[in-house]
Amino acid sequence: MTSVQTKTQLSHGIDISSMERSQTPTRIEDESIAIEVDALNLYYGQKRALHNVSMKIPHKKVTAFIGPSGCGKSTLLRCFNRMNDLIDGCHVEGGLRLDGKNIYDRDVDIAMLRRRVGMVFQKANPFPKSIYENVAYGLRLAGINKKRVIDETVEWALKGAALWDEVKDRLDDSALGLSGGQQQRLVIARAIAIQPDVILLDEPCSALDPISTLKVEELITELKNNYTIVIVTHNMQQAARVSDYTAFMYVGDLIEFGNTDQLFTKPTKKQTEDYITGRYG
Amino acid sequence: MATAQQEIAAAMPKTLVAQDTRGVNAYIKSGAPYVWVTAAAISVAFIITLALLVLTATRGLPHFWPADLVQGRYQQPERDAESLLVEIRSAEEITTARLRDAGLAVTDDKPLHQRLLVKQANRDVNGVDFRYLLSDWLVERSEPADAVVLERTEWGNFHGFLAGIDEDGKPVDPGADLWALFEQRVDRANELRSKLRAIEKGQIGSINYAIERVRLDQRRLQLDGRTPENDPAAYAELDQRRKEQEAAYQGLRGELDLIKAELARDTVRVRTVDGSEVTLPLAKILDAYRPNAMNLLQKTGYFFHRLWKFVSEEPREANTEGGIFPAIFGTVLMVLLMSVVVMPFGVLAALYLREYARQGVVTQSIRIAVNNLAGVPSIVYGMFGLGFFVYFVGGNIDRALYSESLPAPTFGTPGILWSSLTLALLTLPVVIVATEEGLARIPRSLREASLALGATKAETLWRVVLPMASPAMMTGLILAIARAAGEVAPLMLVGVVKLAPSLPLDGDFPYLHLERKFMHLGFHIYDVGFQSPNVEAARPLVYATAFLLVLVILALNLTAISIRNRLRERYKALEG
Repeated sequence: MTSVQTKTQLSHGIDISSMERSQTPTRIEDESIAIEVDALNLYYGQKRALHNVSMKIPHKKVTAFIGPSGCGKSTLLRCFNRMNDLIDGCHVEGGLRLDGKNIYDRDVDIAMLRRRVGMVFQKANPFPKSIYENVAYGLRLAGINKKRVIDETVEWALKGAALWDEVKDRLDDSALGLSGGQQQRLVIARAIAIQPDVILLDEPCSALDPISTLKVEELITELKNNYTIVIVTHNMQQAARVSDYTAFMYVGDLIEFGNTDQLFTKPTKKQTEDYITGRYG
Repeated sequence: MATAQQEIAAAMPKTLVAQDTRGVNAYIKSGAPYVWVTAAAISVAFIITLALLVLTATRGLPHFWPADLVQGRYQQPERDAESLLVEIRSAEEITTARLRDAGLAVTDDKPLHQRLLVKQANRDVNGVDFRYLLSDWLVERSEPADAVVLERTEWGNFHGFLAGIDEDGKPVDPGADLWALFEQRVDRANELRSKLRAIEKGQIGSINYAIERVRLDQRRLQLDGRTPENDPAAYAELDQRRKEQEAAYQGLRGELDLIKAELARDTVRVRTVDGSEVTLPLAKILDAYRPNAMNLLQKTGYFFHRLWKFVSEEPREANTEGGIFPAIFGTVLMVLLMSVVVMPFGVLAALYLREYARQGVVTQSIRIAVNNLAGVPSIVYGMFGLGFFVYFVGGNIDRALYSESLPAPTFGTPGILWSSLTLALLTLPVVIVATEEGLARIPRSLREASLALGATKAETLWRVVLPMASPAMMTGLILAIARAAGEVAPLMLVGVVKLAPSLPLDGDFPYLHLERKFMHLGFHIYDVGFQSPNVEAARPLVYATAFLLVLVILALNLTAISIRNRLRERYKALEG
């Protein structure tokens, strides 16, 4: 009960005490592991942006990265599907293992990696195509062209993203006609349509209004049953609401990583405590 | 010494009421002058464009109007009077001194005299089509309703009066209405002539083409070292083909002679204004009309009839008569071929430059070089096209593939393919630059979205980036078309001629004859305007052709713009 109260205080007036919390084991050691980050260093040219980060992302749980702007939480997230490869002069040292395979090995096909590790970005980025084609995009890339299969998957994915009821009558309309929140859920549907193992969410609600945010957060809780989810957020309340585990990062260092309830109520590091109590950041 | 804060505070207004609303400074500050200057700039651009259209239209189009024929007596002092039946083209005021200098015996003391430019036609009788008359000396003017203009296949128009129609040399009883009978006979002649043309140009043209192919095939056999002795079957087959064609030709020949005899049946007797009678074969008369007997509606109808003939027929008499269809066709086909070439090339080049090449000094200098290419004078491209495409590439193609027709060149001579390629080169920078701009505008987030779903870079380019950049590519194409359709100078070196015997597209395999020379509206303007033996006849044609060239370019551009707008509608994601 104390933990809930603390969270209520933290949320600056938003009452979240009634939000359903799943019973989570308190220790990462008891979880099965989906991704293992092992002494990961990332450089932009000469500048080191991540310092020796090591952590274990648990399977089918929501893991949140929090920290002040520029702390490297998005950079770390983008290592998981090698999005950082697109940036000139960016290189990575150390290991990042998905199911025991280092994704930075030479023989890794990045396209296949990204099919298994989906990503949702800060700003909803639907293609200027129809709603249907947006969801079908990843399927077509994977060589799936049977209309029946695509039809079923589009419906399934849109239902999974809690968008089906709102768009089922206008699947052929442009995705750009949707509202911001709908677009973000469409993008999530697009990501889950290809049934990835992991879904990376990079500040998915930062451009959304409170109602849309709530819907996406509910969706995340729902998705956790089937996918390993990693979410970056600068909103501590959001991390507290949706995540099972939280990592606090500060200027490229992983300061503290642990059970969300524990991290927010009894942080072990002073920096973490300062940040979550709003003393800086 | 005031601090910075105090100075700022002093400069800030103390009231909300507008101060200093008078004076030049306040006026400039109000922003009104900028509105005026910018509005003036666009107005000037717009008015000049409009003026260009209006000028070419008003100078060119009246040529097609069936103007009235004026009959009169031209009485120069101390000379014999002449009877004239003329079409008045224009009038201008000339000072008496200038007229006296020109050798005209002007006697009165008016300072200005009106001088008329008239078309007297009957070039075979009078020698010249056009002449200048002093308005005062053209007396006893009238506009006889039965005056006729005959358009002929040669010697230009004929002005006169119908006297009668002969059939095989014997007069025909005209009945009540000689004109109706004449029109009917003209229609008949026209029908026969178009039949004749269809056979000559179409079927016999095809036979000639086929016989030429047989000749070339035989030459190819010889070059391959096969003689009638060692490969009789091949030669027998060629002989067979040749015989078939010749038999077909003989059949057509008979048909042709029949039609020609039919056509030669009718002649028309025409009385000129000075009373002499001329007999003209109807086979040589294309059209006839009586302008003085026409009302406004009929004249309008006839105007459009002539305009249509101008755009749909081939030129006659060294391009001073007839239409400009081959030139329109050549211009459009050349531009289309150019587009087909320049689009894939430009887009691929831009793709590499923007998407694949490492951005650095080399890429930047290539980009600058490409931009500079746009500034190279077009005649330089013409020289390059002649030297590289025609002589080098074309020459080698001939040696490799068309050795049977050497020394007559096939591709080693200017032609529509080389013109299109030269212009494609000329417009390549425009397409590259426009496409690059378009690619640069595709938001990074969309590329990431595609990559994050497991697309490779190539798949992302093909499925997301290129479709979204397609409006920008179309912009490049629009600019390219605008530039290419108006180019003349390089084309004179690589394929345009003043008169092309056949269109580059016809019914003979392979239908599109890329090696052929072609006519072009821009060159046609130059040719008619500056190389014509009949200056006065050519002048309105120059304007009319220029007007049509502008319309053709406009049509090509509008097509491209409408395609672009549809693409934009589809991919309008770039906002925001």
